[in-house]
Amino acid sequence: MSLLKLTVSSLAVVAASAGIAAARDNIQSAGSSTVLPYATIVAEAFGENFDFPTPVVESGGSGAGRKKLCEGVGENTIDIANSSSRIKQSDIDLCAQNGVNEIMEVRIGYDGIVFASDIQGPDFAFTPADWFKALAAQVVVDGKLVANPNKSWKDVNGDLSDQPILAFIPGTKHGTREVFDEKVILAGCEESGAMEAFAAANGGDEDKAEELCMTLRTDGASVDIDGDYTETLSRISANKDAIGVFGLSFYQNNTDKLKVATMSGVTPSVETIAAGDYPVSRPLYFYVKNAHLDVIPGLQEYIEFFVSDEMAGPDGPLAAYGLVSDPELAKTQEMVANREPMGPLSN
Amino acid sequence: MTDATAPESQAPRAGTLFAPDNRPRRRNAAERRFRAYGLTAVGLSILALVVLLSSVIGNGAGAFRQTFVEIPLTLDARIVDPKGNRNIDEMKKVTTIGYGRQLEASMVAAVAAAGLKTEGISDKDIAGLLSKEAAATLRNRVLANPALVGETITFRALANGRVDGFFKGRVTMESAELDSNVTPEQLGLAQRMREAGLITLAFNPDFLLGSDASEVRPEAAGLGVAILGSAYMMIIVLVLALPIGVAASIYLEEFAPKNRWTDLIEVNIANLAAVPSIVFGILGLAIFINMMGLPQSAPIVGGLILTLMTLPTIIIATRVSLAAVPPSIRDAALGVGASRMQAVFHHVLPLALPGILTGTIIGMARALGETAPLLLIGMVAFVREYPAAPPEGFFDPASALPVQVYNFTQRADPAFVERASGAIIVLLAFLICMNAAAIILRRRFERRW
Repeated sequence: MSLLKLTVSSLAVVAASAGIAAARDNIQSAGSSTVLPYATIVAEAFGENFDFPTPVVESGGSGAGRKKLCEGVGENTIDIANSSSRIKQSDIDLCAQNGVNEIMEVRIGYDGIVFASDIQGPDFAFTPADWFKALAAQVVVDGKLVANPNKSWKDVNGDLSDQPILAFIPGTKHGTREVFDEKVILAGCEESGAMEAFAAANGGDEDKAEELCMTLRTDGASVDIDGDYTETLSRISANKDAIGVFGLSFYQNNTDKLKVATMSGVTPSVETIAAGDYPVSRPLYFYVKNAHLDVIPGLQEYIEFFVSDEMAGPDGPLAAYGLVSDPELAKTQEMVANREPMGPLSN
Repeated sequence: MTDATAPESQAPRAGTLFAPDNRPRRRNAAERRFRAYGLTAVGLSILALVVLLSSVIGNGAGAFRQTFVEIPLTLDARIVDPKGNRNIDEMKKVTTIGYGRQLEASMVAAVAAAGLKTEGISDKDIAGLLSKEAAATLRNRVLANPALVGETITFRALANGRVDGFFKGRVTMESAELDSNVTPEQLGLAQRMREAGLITLAFNPDFLLGSDASEVRPEAAGLGVAILGSAYMMIIVLVLALPIGVAASIYLEEFAPKNRWTDLIEVNIANLAAVPSIVFGILGLAIFINMMGLPQSAPIVGGLILTLMTLPTIIIATRVSLAAVPPSIRDAALGVGASRMQAVFHHVLPLALPGILTGTIIGMARALGETAPLLLIGMVAFVREYPAAPPEGFFDPASALPVQVYNFTQRADPAFVERASGAIIVLLAFLICMNAAAIILRRRFERRW
């Protein structure tokens, strides 16, 4: 009897409390794990200095974040999607389908992608062509396309050290991989002339050639890391001969364990990326659901604070952590203040 | 007698009992081998446990102690209250960046007052020995008590994660040489400040009570929100799963007719107990968030999902304990005129209770360590605000202990390794307490027939 009463009353309590669930007063965001540290730094400072609660920042990946943003409008959907790659037409279509019509695209700055190895190892000075020749499934040898025969970095480029090729690169679910494929492998493919060879072998089909360029070898020299940079770091600590791909900010926090390689003669740093000298960088974004701007308290203030000079400027805490400040930040600030939704994707 | 009648000439068939022959030798050897295998297996598991615990405790014990800087600090009205009218709303306009300037000035003054050498160290680097959290600590203190402006107070704040690492042996002069976040000169000054008594290493209650912190201040990260979130979810699981589970099993065990339908239900409950937890997460996302419109990242949703996950465990444990109560108890109760319900609630259930509670606690311990379903409902997140008191707090965003471990391991700063291990220690302590409670209940109250 008492048990029955307990059951009924506890169910009643839960049902009643569901009724009193008040309107949401905290900002919720989700998305890229690359943007996550920057978002948490801003969220923390926002919670400290404003009378609004600290926003909740969830990770889970750029694509997952954008999908969550496009789930619909309402308090049980997120307000902001953090993304390390630009929104896709498929996301915009999904948004439109679910009634999310106005999305604001906010570019917060740039992020560098660096190549680093164990601190005790030799120095490396790479070019994109070296990476292509080291990791591609097929390379050009004596004018012929053959399965990649290179065993050590010295085979790839006589100036590099005689260390076996072993690279830990981000897995395909990461936004970083897209940039790596495009700015390193594809660039290296063109640079080394393999692109033409691939095109010639396929009757001039350039799409097919690009696809072949980005097909990496599967004999164990190139290892996809699906986890985060901490996993890459621990794999490198265990295997001193390996070279890993990291975000600039991650490297800057672990300079006592990692040695960074130059790319095309440029050492990655906030300055060289801002100047456009270092070739492997990408913009970071977040996407805001405009329909929530007047509903969720503090949302407008939060995004204005995020792109303010105080936070995202060249002397702000985000730059100190490794974000390359956007030279066009003033334009972004104006856009955020005017709540301008993004137009259709240009390409 | 038969011995006596046996013919003398008939020799024993093969060997004697006193001299072992091949067959018993082989059997004994097999038994010895089996025991050796068993011992090896036990040894290996103990070794694995020792390695795991020693690495976790070795890495994580440091998280409970933290380096603090304690300096005298005169609150400069020009910085913290530029309008000079002690109006709290005006004072709120001064951000933590402004308070950072106040801290820098006070740190430099304190180091100079103690007569410590600071050659080659900029003022910014001296202030850099403090955690970035310090400015927020000071701001909150001033806003809570504006009368402090102009006064000299003793200010105690966390030291920077690298300085903390230096005193715990994680950061060395050699690594600082290569580290872009700290210089050996700064560490030298920290060493002198410690000798002068300005820096101390002490127990840090904020690791257990404080909230999470961003990547730039690992020293300030705490487990408070995660512990609250986990506690809220456990309350929800207990309040929902125990009564529902017990009611379901009493009905199935004592009242339900035995037919095809109850068999089907039984099979399904057994199957449900083996369903991977992530599946419950997907279910929860679809039903509780998308259909019922409950908020994201909230303990109520996590609790409901974990309830679904724990229910089969509780039902199975309860049914086993009910079945273990001898039929004579029921017969005796029915015999003196009790109704079936009275027989069950007055006699059978009290005797089965220790088993039910043990099953419940073990089910809850499993739920406490669950991360996968929480991933889908937005609880794997950076949450700094404490949820309110229940029942409203059940709907506020919160984190959970295993989630916090996962979050800490993903961060770039090496100081978070210590935090993650510390969080594991706390989680293990909770699990050990729950399992100990289960064992005690069983030992104390269980009856055998």
